Amino acid sequence: MTFTRRFLMAASAAALGLATGAAAQDKTKVGFIYVGPVGDGGWTYEHNQGRLAVEEEFGDAVETVFVESVPEGPDAERVLTQMALNGADLIFTTSFGYMDPTINVAAKFPNVKFEHATGYKRSDNVSTYGARFYEGRAVQGHIAGSMTESNVIGYIGSYPIPEVIRGINSAYIHAKKVNPDVEFKIIWAYTWFDPAKEADAAKALIEQGADVILQHTDSTAPQAAAQEAGNVITFGQASDMAEYAPKPRVSSIIDNWAPYYIDRVRAVVDGTWESTDTWDGIGAGMVGIGEISDVVPAEVKAEALALKDEIASGAYHPFTGPLKKQDGSDWLAEGESADDGTLLGMNFYVEGISGDIPQ
Amino acid sequence: MLTLERRPEPNRRVALLTPIIAVVTTMIVGGLLFGALGTNPITAIETIFWEPLFGEFAFYYRPQLMVKGAPLVLIAIGLSLGFRAGIWNIGAEGQYIIGALCGAGVGLAFYPTESWLIFPLMVIAGAFGGFVWAMIPAILKTRFGTSEILVSLMLVYVAEQFLASMALGLMKNPEGFGFPGSRNLQQYASAHNAELFTGTGMHWGVVAALIAVIAAYVLLNRHMLGYHIRLTGEAPRAARFAGVNPTRLVLFCLGTSGALAGLAGLFEVSGPAGMVSIDFNVGYGFTAIIVAFLGRLHPVGILLAGLLMALTYIGGEIAQSNLGLPAAAIQVFQGMLLFFLLAADLLTNYRIRLARTEAA
Repeated sequence: MTFTRRFLMAASAAALGLATGAAAQDKTKVGFIYVGPVGDGGWTYEHNQGRLAVEEEFGDAVETVFVESVPEGPDAERVLTQMALNGADLIFTTSFGYMDPTINVAAKFPNVKFEHATGYKRSDNVSTYGARFYEGRAVQGHIAGSMTESNVIGYIGSYPIPEVIRGINSAYIHAKKVNPDVEFKIIWAYTWFDPAKEADAAKALIEQGADVILQHTDSTAPQAAAQEAGNVITFGQASDMAEYAPKPRVSSIIDNWAPYYIDRVRAVVDGTWESTDTWDGIGAGMVGIGEISDVVPAEVKAEALALKDEIASGAYHPFTGPLKKQDGSDWLAEGESADDGTLLGMNFYVEGISGDIPQ
Repeated sequence: MLTLERRPEPNRRVALLTPIIAVVTTMIVGGLLFGALGTNPITAIETIFWEPLFGEFAFYYRPQLMVKGAPLVLIAIGLSLGFRAGIWNIGAEGQYIIGALCGAGVGLAFYPTESWLIFPLMVIAGAFGGFVWAMIPAILKTRFGTSEILVSLMLVYVAEQFLASMALGLMKNPEGFGFPGSRNLQQYASAHNAELFTGTGMHWGVVAALIAVIAAYVLLNRHMLGYHIRLTGEAPRAARFAGVNPTRLVLFCLGTSGALAGLAGLFEVSGPAGMVSIDFNVGYGFTAIIVAFLGRLHPVGILLAGLLMALTYIGGEIAQSNLGLPAAAIQVFQGMLLFFLLAADLLTNYRIRLARTEAA
């Protein structure tokens, strides 16, 4: 009985939805395409939070649609075409692998605006956007270097791409600054999201003596592994992962796409949208530092927050010389800071990190 | 009370009907699922099955059915030969990857030379790559009696690591600012598996899939080897007495399915996908197993099953976007299809009897 009633209610709700949809033709329609499920607790989850923030902000003036777990490649191209055909005005493509499909579809639909995350190809109706996560890594590195007792910090890399290498370098530089004896052990998981592989990597690093685990993968499995091991601390990645606070999770890097998404949707609504390239960090609010828990001593916490503020205000750049590359050659002179071009294509470790970047 | 009674002979009429029963049951139970999620079930089913074929934008979706269905059919045809003979290649996904890597590797090696010879060479390399990858479980099985199921499956993961290594290293686009992924073959005319007629979705992979369907049909019905395959599957002892050489059969079935999976990979990487990327493979090799069984291991059945599967993918995406259904609901829906098919299969060999229980 209950079932029948729900069934009927669902049916009438859907009918209602259709009616209102037909009535409001001038709504701005915004599409989102996700590489993972919205419940991944990391990367896709935060993009979806951004979408929900757009709905909240604009209410009835904007309609959002999304398709999740879309493989990068021809499937993405089809989903994008489908959204464009169905009247989307603006589409956010939220993974690096959607780059070529986005460019292809954008060429076919010159009146639809596209926003591609973390890529490098633009056109008249394709903008790119990304976040300076390495700024957050600097704060993490500072806490990690101050907290480690074994002087071994484990790092779970996803893929050896500039984005991830930048994070490793930034964390290393700032850990080393507070603790010259610090050593990084890096494991490449070759996945963005695979709880089993991430847990294995975390366990292996802990066995090798690491008492701090940094991760560039999206699941909470490393947090669980650290909790099980006891005296190991971790940082939330992409999402706050507050369910593991105050320990092992002592802080986090949070992707905060909401302000950017709201801005760009407003630009389309107002008719002022232009193709741009955005790379924002802590200052613009795109990169958030999650609550530093009480496990971290008060003076370390104060230093970390001061570092965060300096980066936010632009007074300090996490890649400031003197810095050398791993092979000992000079990179940045005293006081010189890295240019964005080098950072975007970063394919080398800084001096002091051992091991090779896999090719 | 209901009891199951074994049929003296498998019922042929029921065997042909089971896919239809499975599809209809999936629609009903799937509809209930969608209803429970707050979506009008009729709208949902209509969106998935009707919209891509006859909806407003069918002009776009119909060609996409071929693009999505072609690799499934091509791989499933190869797998069905082995499955009929009781030779289980579960690793088509790996052969698909290696085929794509070999084919793309040949194309990229020639870049930027333009010649009509390049694409045919890539096709040969793609088939050869898949063939070699399938020969590993084949030779291990015939020489040492290992399980081709385990070996072929494990080699999928090896192939995936190999793919990641290629996308990040050897085949990485030198003009890609250090980002992973190869050059886009869609922008290299000699290596591009383009649409043969614009807007039709018809590319060489679709042509190859159709040829494979016809060739498999002829092989199974008109050829001694096809007869041996069927005989080995249906009556292994009789096959041995009839002089079927099991070693040759294993090599043939695994080799053919590997080569076809490799071809599918090559046509995909040089056409719709365009580039070697870390996540190039999206599960065609595994989905093709469902397609092979849904198509009753019959070439024409596989063709229809491949198109049906493609339809649920494309319709499923429309349902997600237009109706807000979660991806997981669509995947459950696809899973149901195989589940109900296997359940309905029971009716081929058994019949349901209403037996009266006597009061104790």
